[in-house]
Amino acid sequence: MFLINCPYCGERDQAEFSCGGEAHIARPKNPPELSDDQWAEYLFLRKNEKGVHYERWNHEYGCRQWFNLARNTATDEILTVYKMGEAPPKLKANIPATPSGEPSIGSGNLSTSKKDRF
Amino acid sequence: MFNKNKYSFLSIAKNALSHHENWQKTWKSPEPKKNYDAIIVGGGGHGLTTAYYLAKNHGINNIAVIEKGWIGGGNTGRNTTIIRSNYLWDQSAALYEHALKLWEGMSQELNYNVMFSQRGVLNVAHNLHDVRELKRRWHANRLNDIDCEWLDTKKVKEFCPIINTSPNIRYPVLGATLQRRAGTARHDAVAWGYARGADEMGVDIIQNCEVTGINVKNGNVTGIETTKGTINSNKIGIAAAGHTSVIANMAGIKLPLESKPLQALVSEPVKPVIDTVVMSNTIHAYVSQSDKGELVIGAGTDGYTSYTQRGGFNIVEDTLMAIVELFPIFSRMKMLRHWGGIVDICPDASPIISKTHINGLYFNCGWGTGGFKATPGSGWVFAHTIANDQAHELNAPFTINRFSSGELVDEHGAAAVAH
Repeated sequence: MFLINCPYCGERDQAEFSCGGEAHIARPKNPPELSDDQWAEYLFLRKNEKGVHYERWNHEYGCRQWFNLARNTATDEILTVYKMGEAPPKLKANIPATPSGEPSIGSGNLSTSKKDRF
Repeated sequence: MFNKNKYSFLSIAKNALSHHENWQKTWKSPEPKKNYDAIIVGGGGHGLTTAYYLAKNHGINNIAVIEKGWIGGGNTGRNTTIIRSNYLWDQSAALYEHALKLWEGMSQELNYNVMFSQRGVLNVAHNLHDVRELKRRWHANRLNDIDCEWLDTKKVKEFCPIINTSPNIRYPVLGATLQRRAGTARHDAVAWGYARGADEMGVDIIQNCEVTGINVKNGNVTGIETTKGTINSNKIGIAAAGHTSVIANMAGIKLPLESKPLQALVSEPVKPVIDTVVMSNTIHAYVSQSDKGELVIGAGTDGYTSYTQRGGFNIVEDTLMAIVELFPIFSRMKMLRHWGGIVDICPDASPIISKTHINGLYFNCGWGTGGFKATPGSGWVFAHTIANDQAHELNAPFTINRFSSGELVDEHGAAAVAH
């Protein structure tokens, strides 16, 4: 659970929002020419990134506006908020880097930003 | 055949003489060799059963199981331990029923008590639509030779006396299906038991070893890079649950998976109060009681991709509201522990047990929120797929190709719980 900074309403509880999944998946311009594999790619295949994930959110129980988030799925840290139609910003996320790629306690249970560390 | 490592009454008596300080190690944990006939990535239930059945059914013993954490520390130790096979579609029913049959003989076969308890699973209906859907599934199960019966409200109350059958609650109990052969098992004992069984047949179980790369040459897999060095093999099976996409990415493969947190919690221990498993799709709650006396409660998935093994409090709150309405007797119980696991969910909520376009690279993933019940069956068919480079008839419908062909096995909702 985290706070999301809605570009229209400001910071609100994540329970007010619903996630619309991976962002920037464009509907194919030439549907009749697509092969079955290309349809599968568009409909089903997802990056499912561990790291920076660009995704769509809807402020469902608020202003009901859609917008984009870049979130580090390894820590749930929100990196930036940007509006629909805008190009995804180029970002690098801090992936927890112990020998097994995880923080020492649990998995992804710590933030990688210095200010949140204890 | 006499086996000095067999657990028995005699071995308990013998070890009592040395204050139980000299029990043998359950598995060896060796350093990895340079070459193996097969490598399984992921030392959870599915990976260990795969190694076990590769050795037992297919005579391939030179295997490494690579685990980045420790055995039983992933989703195997995080689920709510429910086992059942009452799925709607023929393909799923056949797969899960095969698994259930293996559960029934597991403790004897492994000489390891997995505490499999066939206490029955109730799937409760709360509205007319539920009643129709659950009755449809009941008939489908009977046609597939899977035990299932329909209980009306009165019989539900008799079977599980603490359930609230008042007609005045928001989602009243209108009936339920009951699978009597379904139940629960001690989840980490399953991992330990199979790890021990595989180890005895020569499988190397390597913990604290993370895969960092997959080596592919001319379309053939040649080995893996790990934090303990390069390990070569021309057969590699991936059973990495929530992190499957991360591994697939190393081989340049994109899969139809989304990894999401799934939460569960247990209460303080109390005396036996519920002797079955109650599941509700509509209000999304499931509850059973462990042998220690804790209520084991499963919540739903959080609605976003995350690898953090924790989820939102609102999800827990929703589940507990449903539990308390269905079981007012639990309203003052304190919850003791709460955790999340990362589940990899397919668009059709069915697993992928499949070859890939890279020779020798196999995936067993997409089990989503319901992989525990399939543990032995999953390993059985995945071992067959790896050994023969060809799907077993039970997992033939569960290949990656179904997302191109459109032959989805749509278990969203049909599986008796919403995923």
